[in-house]
Amino acid sequence: MAVFARPRQAFVIAGVLGLALSAAACGTGNDKGSSSNADSAECAAYDKYKGHDGKKVSIYSSIRDIEADRLDQSWEQFEECTGIDIDHEGSGEFEAQLPVRVDGGNAPDLAFIPQPGLLKRFADAGKLKPVGADTKAMAEQNYSPDWLKYSTVNGTLYGAPLGSNVKSFVWYSPKMFKEKGWTVPTTWDDLIKLSDTIAASGIKPWCAGIESGDATGWPATDWIEDVLLRTAGPEVYDQWTTHGIPFNDPKVAEALDRAGSILKNEKYVNGGFGGVKSLATTSFQEAGVPITTGKCALHRQASFYANQWPEGTKVGEDGDVFAFYFPAIDPAKGKPVLGGGEFVAAFNDRPEVQAVQTYLASGEYANSRAKIGDWVSANKQLDLANVANPIDKLSVQILQDQSTVFRFDGSDLMPAAVGAGTFWKGMVDWVNGKDTASVLQGIESSWK
Amino acid sequence: MEFDFAEEQPKFLMLMYGLIAFVAVVGGLLLLLDVVPAWFARRREAQLVAASASGAPLPRRRQREGFLALFFLLPTLLLLVVGLVVPAIRTTLLSFMDKDSDQWVGLQNYGWMFSDGSIVRVLVNTLVWVLLVPLVATTIGLLYAVMVDRARFEAVAKSLIFMPMAISFVGASIIWKFVYAYRGDEQEQIGLLNQIVVSLGGEPKQWLLESPLNTLLLIVIMVWIQAGFAMVVLSAAIKAIPADIVEAARLDGVTSWQMFWRITLPSIRPALIVVVVTITIATLKVFDIVRTSTNGNYDTSVIANEMYNQAFRYGENGQGSALAVVLFILVIPIVIYQIRNLRQQREG
Repeated sequence: MAVFARPRQAFVIAGVLGLALSAAACGTGNDKGSSSNADSAECAAYDKYKGHDGKKVSIYSSIRDIEADRLDQSWEQFEECTGIDIDHEGSGEFEAQLPVRVDGGNAPDLAFIPQPGLLKRFADAGKLKPVGADTKAMAEQNYSPDWLKYSTVNGTLYGAPLGSNVKSFVWYSPKMFKEKGWTVPTTWDDLIKLSDTIAASGIKPWCAGIESGDATGWPATDWIEDVLLRTAGPEVYDQWTTHGIPFNDPKVAEALDRAGSILKNEKYVNGGFGGVKSLATTSFQEAGVPITTGKCALHRQASFYANQWPEGTKVGEDGDVFAFYFPAIDPAKGKPVLGGGEFVAAFNDRPEVQAVQTYLASGEYANSRAKIGDWVSANKQLDLANVANPIDKLSVQILQDQSTVFRFDGSDLMPAAVGAGTFWKGMVDWVNGKDTASVLQGIESSWK
Repeated sequence: MEFDFAEEQPKFLMLMYGLIAFVAVVGGLLLLLDVVPAWFARRREAQLVAASASGAPLPRRRQREGFLALFFLLPTLLLLVVGLVVPAIRTTLLSFMDKDSDQWVGLQNYGWMFSDGSIVRVLVNTLVWVLLVPLVATTIGLLYAVMVDRARFEAVAKSLIFMPMAISFVGASIIWKFVYAYRGDEQEQIGLLNQIVVSLGGEPKQWLLESPLNTLLLIVIMVWIQAGFAMVVLSAAIKAIPADIVEAARLDGVTSWQMFWRITLPSIRPALIVVVVTITIATLKVFDIVRTSTNGNYDTSVIANEMYNQAFRYGENGQGSALAVVLFILVIPIVIYQIRNLRQQREG
């Protein structure tokens, strides 16, 4: 088979291809001009991060779209002043893709990991780099030990927290409460009394939904964790998340039944959607929306639910919707708060990577990000004046409150096979009518 | 979002590299294909000339040709080994190891698979899929092909049923999710199926929640996609039946029933087998439909979905690999059957 008429012709073509290839290689030199205003006054705050001009740091996270743009905006000045180029990439498949990238030798420099369980897996496998001395000092100065223990594996700190959210919130409509003469409950008993009052007025008081694509079930796990934290206390909660007590311990069963007295109560749910079974197929995004139409009065969901309301809904104490703290059962035991957040873990210990990691743990960063809007952090340096959104303000107040007993979302602490697997699936079965004991037994037997 | 060419420059550059690399590799191979045989031919020519001049016996050429064949097979072999053989062996080895792939656990992962109730359920679901989808899709495709054959609006009728083929599995699942969507009875229904039920005076149902009905409803999606494929292949086969056979049968006075069973079906048997085998293998691998519609909840999971969850979401590499191996073993007999059929056809 003679493809080319003459061998010479073939050589010419091959030669042209070679030329084109090298020409293309020359065209890539579009490095960003080095920092022009590195010595200006506003760059003074970044002095300690300097000396890495022109270096590149890659960050991988689950943050996308507008939130990702805000991230880029939040470290813009840092980049300008230090000359470090931060390259952030967000992925909707973060939890599945990160292990693939790390095992494939293509790990990012930094990753924002929202699951301490996943962080521990990487740390145990020796993939993560312990934080440098600067980062450690910065993290210990700005975050409470309650938070840092979740990124500490076998005594070694692997990263500082970044953003946070408060999950112990019940959303309601201040307008509706005012019209009907209801008051915001501050104890668990008041909450149940209020639910009964609302139910008697012909409205199903609670609305909920646990459908969330491939993460279906998680809103119910938050419910259980929040209730367990109230019925059994933080010590039992810690034992439960670390498998110090069995998953189906009687105390857990009690919490499940307590949550069930609301979630599986046909009188209480599911306002605007139907019966108890509609919980499983109602998406978490639309679960609270009936509050805006008066078909439901209460919706327990995290602070980040503020972004899910229909356009034009005013969030605030005097607005269309707002949230109150999910009350404690025994106020004497303090103010239990369930929450989540992400941790900045490093797969690389180049100096510029450590500089970025330290910067992200600093008060300057927290305030810079908070000013852009819609963001909460447990960073102690975060100035409440920089937090504009009322629900974020309330969250920061709760996180900075001395009486707060903070605990991290338990399903993120457990091994993924349980916390992102059988626990989620178990909750789906549970709201679908399966009994408490066999659901818990099933999850317990999957935890090896 | 605005599209900024300057910002997307790295991507275009990447695209250009990709194209150039492709052209370089293909061009290089073509060049080799041209140069190497020519070189061998010239050498042989010279040898022949030399041999005929000196009167010595002609040199043997077999060994050299074998070498040449190996040379051309090498890229294919290399790709097969790297892309198929090595991963298959590695997956099999991993299936005998624990979740972190550093300790041998023997048959434990396989034991888990057949003792854990939810996984047994997964295996049963897969079986239901594999039995139902090829059967129903092929039957519908065949009936449709026979019915519209030489009908008036054949082209239109065919494109109607073929169109779902152009939709991805994920897209199709989202479409059908709307068909099955549920709203409480005091709300307005947004799902087609529930709207029909309500307008007939019934109560809206949670279609995707009730097992085993939900698995059957997911199978409907797959059939909807695959029936078009079966129809197109079978229709082409029907058109290829020699006219003289059909005419002879007509002259003998067959009924249309006899025509179908005695003439059409035997004539298109090879095409039928190809269709059934292709759909069966596609069904064994089904993942997107389940993941998009229910994510394997409510007892609808299948092997491929569970394999992904175990290996990539739960970090249970051993269990995920064991599921992959079982899937592999299930596909083998079908492939062997297909190859034997092809061979028989070639010999026959």
